Amino acid sequence: MASAPPATPRTNRIGLSVLDYRGLKTTLCAGCGHNAISERIVEAMFEMGVRPERVAKFSGIGCSSKSPAYFLSRSHSFNALHGRMPSVATGALLANRTLIGLGVSGDGDTASIGIGQFVHLMRRNLPIIYIIEDNGVYGLTKGQFSATADLGSTLKTGIVNELLPIDTCALAIQLGATFVGRSFSGDKKQLHAMLQAAIAHRGTVMLDIISPCVTFNDHEGSTKSYAYVKEHDEPLQELSFVPSFEDISVEYAPGTTVDVALHDGSRLRLRKLEEGYDPREKVVAVRRLMEAHAQSEVLTGVLYVDTSAESFVDRLHLPDRPLATLPQEAVRPPRAVLDEVMEALR
Amino acid sequence: MAELAVAVRDPSALPGGDPVLNDMTIQVATVNGSGSQSANTVLLRTIFQMGVPVSGKNLFPSNIAGLPTWYSVRASKDGYLARKKEVDLLVAMNAETAREDVAQVRPGGAVVYDAPLGLAQLRGDLAFYPVPFDKLVGSITGDAKLKKLLRNMAYVGVLARLLELEMAEVERAIHKQFGKKAKALELNLAAAHAGFEGAAALQKRDPYLIRRMDATRGKVIVDGNSAAALGALFAGVTLVTWYPITPSSSLVETLIGYLRKYRIGPDGKATFAVVQAEDELAAIGMVIGAGWAGARAMTATAGPGISLMAEFAGLGYFAEVPAVVFDVQRVGPSTGLPTRTSQGDVLSTAFLSHGDTQHILLFPATVEECFSMAVEAFDLAEGFQTPVFVLSDLDLGMNNWMSDPFSYPEQPIRRGKVLSKEDLDRLGEFARYKDVDGDGVTYRTLPGTDHPAAAYFTRGTGHDEHARYSERAEDWEGNLERLARKMDGARSAVPAPIAAGKGARLGVLAYGTSHHAIVEARDELRRERGIETDYLRVRAFPFAREVHAFFESHERVYVVEQNRDGQLAALLKLDLAPELAARVRSIAHITGLPLDARSVTEELAMMEGR
Repeated sequence: MASAPPATPRTNRIGLSVLDYRGLKTTLCAGCGHNAISERIVEAMFEMGVRPERVAKFSGIGCSSKSPAYFLSRSHSFNALHGRMPSVATGALLANRTLIGLGVSGDGDTASIGIGQFVHLMRRNLPIIYIIEDNGVYGLTKGQFSATADLGSTLKTGIVNELLPIDTCALAIQLGATFVGRSFSGDKKQLHAMLQAAIAHRGTVMLDIISPCVTFNDHEGSTKSYAYVKEHDEPLQELSFVPSFEDISVEYAPGTTVDVALHDGSRLRLRKLEEGYDPREKVVAVRRLMEAHAQSEVLTGVLYVDTSAESFVDRLHLPDRPLATLPQEAVRPPRAVLDEVMEALR
Repeated sequence: MAELAVAVRDPSALPGGDPVLNDMTIQVATVNGSGSQSANTVLLRTIFQMGVPVSGKNLFPSNIAGLPTWYSVRASKDGYLARKKEVDLLVAMNAETAREDVAQVRPGGAVVYDAPLGLAQLRGDLAFYPVPFDKLVGSITGDAKLKKLLRNMAYVGVLARLLELEMAEVERAIHKQFGKKAKALELNLAAAHAGFEGAAALQKRDPYLIRRMDATRGKVIVDGNSAAALGALFAGVTLVTWYPITPSSSLVETLIGYLRKYRIGPDGKATFAVVQAEDELAAIGMVIGAGWAGARAMTATAGPGISLMAEFAGLGYFAEVPAVVFDVQRVGPSTGLPTRTSQGDVLSTAFLSHGDTQHILLFPATVEECFSMAVEAFDLAEGFQTPVFVLSDLDLGMNNWMSDPFSYPEQPIRRGKVLSKEDLDRLGEFARYKDVDGDGVTYRTLPGTDHPAAAYFTRGTGHDEHARYSERAEDWEGNLERLARKMDGARSAVPAPIAAGKGARLGVLAYGTSHHAIVEARDELRRERGIETDYLRVRAFPFAREVHAFFESHERVYVVEQNRDGQLAALLKLDLAPELAARVRSIAHITGLPLDARSVTEELAMMEGR
């Protein structure tokens, strides 16, 4: 790369190069799955031609929550409190509905300390992309089990997890998230398409991305190691994403694909690898997740999608202009209103 | 009501003595959930409409129905609004508490009671008026449930007869209360008249009378929570979050009503968002997120919620995010006295969170200040980019107060130091935490600002001037010192204290609702004990310079407040030079009942050895 001749970098549809989407140098461990996810976020935002200034990044506390510093430096970012990213994101995205919200959390940040805010975020269908970088352990505090660790998975020290995991995807589907997927930081193609579709979707997108912790949870006996996930990965579909601004038509034999029209006019094409799986059916999705657990499969793909549900900002009847920047005339009622109220109190 | 009445024998109050005009406390003892609230409001309004200064206090249990509750109405020709310890006139409707209630009436007082309770033999120094309430309302309706409700409006009629309230005003108050509900209106009018007629046979044997005055003209009656809601409405609040908790729920519920009425455009679009959050952690988290993104955001809560908000309060302080939190103080935690008033959150809220945090606190004492300080709170929060807590209390928030009408905010909304795209074009660069103006308040940008230099990375602590991650000692120390400088600047921006008095040696200092007892206690001290005092009402923390000056010019300063440990006194001692801190004398009272003047008068006089 260093010896390559200087060339005009490729630009996207708004004239930005991929460098405009980069962040600071990562301080996470070499080989950390989270770094791969950061790369995919940069690519997806670049490919989709999202203006970085329109994105607001949110995170809680943990290794995963540090990662927003490593992509999209031209976007505002809020590294909030442990487990409390959902509320901060909710407030900010209601204050400015024109922002594209991107939340990055971890399995500890979401499934333990943050489970309360997580479930309530899901049930509101707030437009946000909520990513869990899921490695089954607490990294920053050096390797304790999290609530997504599988039954029987072992720590380096030999300690065995004796509790059932929380399946954040099953929870999200049940609670009202409208785009739910599971992927693997090592599956570049699937994750790329899933993130592009996430950007096109309007509503709560919840992506649980298995992202192995090379330092504390990548050993024999762990069910969140690179080797284990590669071996047990059970993709539901082959994903391809067709952006609204590209005119591509790919023919598939009828009945082998599910085509989902997304809010911005993009299309998500799911070539079925599994007979009978339709991600628009909630009950099927949850049942299949339960089966996957029983069979020790890591089920990946778009598990559930609903493009018809009303989002939280729609339900609140917010104006197109951000609440944050409404002028005084719009938010301070005139003198006559105070007079009227005072009169009624006499 | 475990409080003992002070038996002050007042000859004029005995039967046959001179009438006592427009100066009495009427206590209604009933059961909660029985619909007495409407009757009490009608009673209060009637006296108000007759031009007599009046205040009402609801003393209620943490319960929906079936437990004892009291409502006291104080008419005061002198305009005193504090709770009065002595009960002059009792309306005893609750069998369970009747004996205890009667014991608290001052000698020479009177008792209207539900005839079957048979209270007349309890004391010989009171006038007893038995009223067969069931019989009175029996002719109005056969519905047992309605009858129970109407008994209450019947006692208003009885009191109208005994106190010589004008029935035309009673009717007007009933109209105001029931408005367009024709059926309820008709029944309640009938009940009031039944009471009035039923009491015709009673022989008046007490001195208490209400006579028309002209001291309430142009005034309004409103509770502090509604007033704060109005303030938020006119402050231009755009995001409201909440988790229901007594005594703050009605603030948000009232605000929702006003927002729906006045802040939805003809296109059906709302210029606000209200979110009932899953808990107080989320409620403040949303406010912090929205404040960061540029909204005028608020939440309302009480002590337990404040405790839960601690971590976010610190984040707001260090990340420098505006937020407005109304804390309607009550006694806590857990069960016990959640429906009783207190000033118990002052110290913990001033430093809420971990690390060296400090917050701006505002102390409204009146409903008018609930309104004006709500407006100011948003300007201060955005001006100083920090959480601002408005410390009201249950007495102020949930009780009805007489007030001058509120003034429309003349100042335009001040959004603080926010850089726009155009500013960035002009400046070329931006450093989030750089003290450009030397006042400790730095410039911020809002997410979505369409400029490549606009973004910054927000985190709690550990950042340099450019909001870059830093653990360097110089960065940390510099930031802490700047924050201290910023808070020091707030001293002259917060509502200034209000002084009264003419250069006495002794000072009294109070804040919030304790004010009303002080106004009366100073008169009592002068009249009964010959003690002159100056008075400073503190309206905010950090303390304005005038607070220090007040200590400099007084030998001793009695700090009066409604908590156990003298929380504001403690804050003052931290702020004052040691020689001035030695002048602090603490009078801290906490009974769960609004502070009364007599308690202050007696304690201060005792401490002065008079």
